[in-house]
Amino acid sequence: MTALEVGAVVAETTYALDRGSLVRYAGASGDFNPIHYRDDVAASVGLPGVLAHGMLTMGLAVQPVVAWLESLTEPGRPPGRVTDYQVRFTRPVVVDPEAGAEVVVSAKLAQLDDEAGTGRVDLTVTAAGQTVLGKAQVRVAFA
Amino acid sequence: MARGPTGGAGPGPVAPSAVPPRLVAVPVNPDLQGRVLPPTPPYLVGREKVREFARATGSTSPLSLDPEAARAAGHADVVAPPTFAIVVQEATLAQLLAEPDAGIDFSLVVHGDQRFSYTRPIVAGDELTATLTVTSVKTLGGNAMVTAASDVVDQAGEHVVTATSTLVVRGDS
Repeated sequence: MTALEVGAVVAETTYALDRGSLVRYAGASGDFNPIHYRDDVAASVGLPGVLAHGMLTMGLAVQPVVAWLESLTEPGRPPGRVTDYQVRFTRPVVVDPEAGAEVVVSAKLAQLDDEAGTGRVDLTVTAAGQTVLGKAQVRVAFA
Repeated sequence: MARGPTGGAGPGPVAPSAVPPRLVAVPVNPDLQGRVLPPTPPYLVGREKVREFARATGSTSPLSLDPEAARAAGHADVVAPPTFAIVVQEATLAQLLAEPDAGIDFSLVVHGDQRFSYTRPIVAGDELTATLTVTSVKTLGGNAMVTAASDVVDQAGEHVVTATSTLVVRGDS
C-alpha cells in the first residue's frame, strides 16, 4: 500500500449536474419530490430554483473516496471500504435548467490508525463557490 | 410557507406542562422520543437497482457495476454504494411521518443530517428489513429536530447498517 500521510488531499473531483441527473437520481432512489424537477413547485415553496436532492450530493461526494480506496489495491483483490459516512446539509445545490450546476469535492485524509487499518477522510463539498455539506466525514477500513 | 398561528393548540397532543411556553407552537409530539416502529417488509436488493443507483450517483466502481469484479473481490454480487441504504431507510421515514400522533407536517420538513454506519456493505441479493427508533426530539429556536435511527438487518437477522436522519421541522414563522 502507498504510504499515506495525514493532511494529504487524496482525491478531488468535479461533478457536472443537469436536470437529467436529478431525474435519474429520482428514479434510482425513489425520491420523487417535485422540488427536484419542477420549477413552478420549487418557486411556490419559496426556493431559489430546482434543487439537487441532498442525498444525491451526499452520494456523489463519497465516490472519490471509494475510487481512492480501490486505487490502493490491486484489481481483483478486495479493496478497502467505507464503514461510516455522515454529512450535514448546510446549503442547497440549485440546478439551473440550462447551465446546470457543478459540485466540487475535495477529500483530505484527516486521521489514520495504522494498527487498526482505519482512517477518516474529511470532505469539502462546494457548489457555486459555497460549501453545501458540513461535517462531511467518511470513516474507512483499509484492505 | 407561513402557516396560520396555531394559538398554542397545534395538531399534535402537545402537553403544555412538558414544553416551555414559547415552544408550544412547534407541533411535534415530544412523546415520540424512544418510540420503535414495526419492522418494514423485506426489501430485496436487485442487481440492476444497485447498478442504476451507482450510475446515478457518479460511481465508477467495478464492484458496484460489474458482477464479475464483485465476485473476484469476494462478494456474492454487485456491492451497493455507501448511500444506497437510504432506499431501504426511506420506508421507515415514511412510517414515521405517517404516525397519527407524530405531528410532523411533511411540508415543513427539511433534511438536516444523515449518517450511515455499516457492519458490512449491502450486496445484491440481500433481503433487508429496517426498524426505526426515534432517538431524540429536541426544539431549537422554534424548530423541532427529530433524530431517527433505522437499524437494517439481513435475512439472517444480522446487522448490516444503521441509517440515521435528523429531520428539521420548521416552526411557524
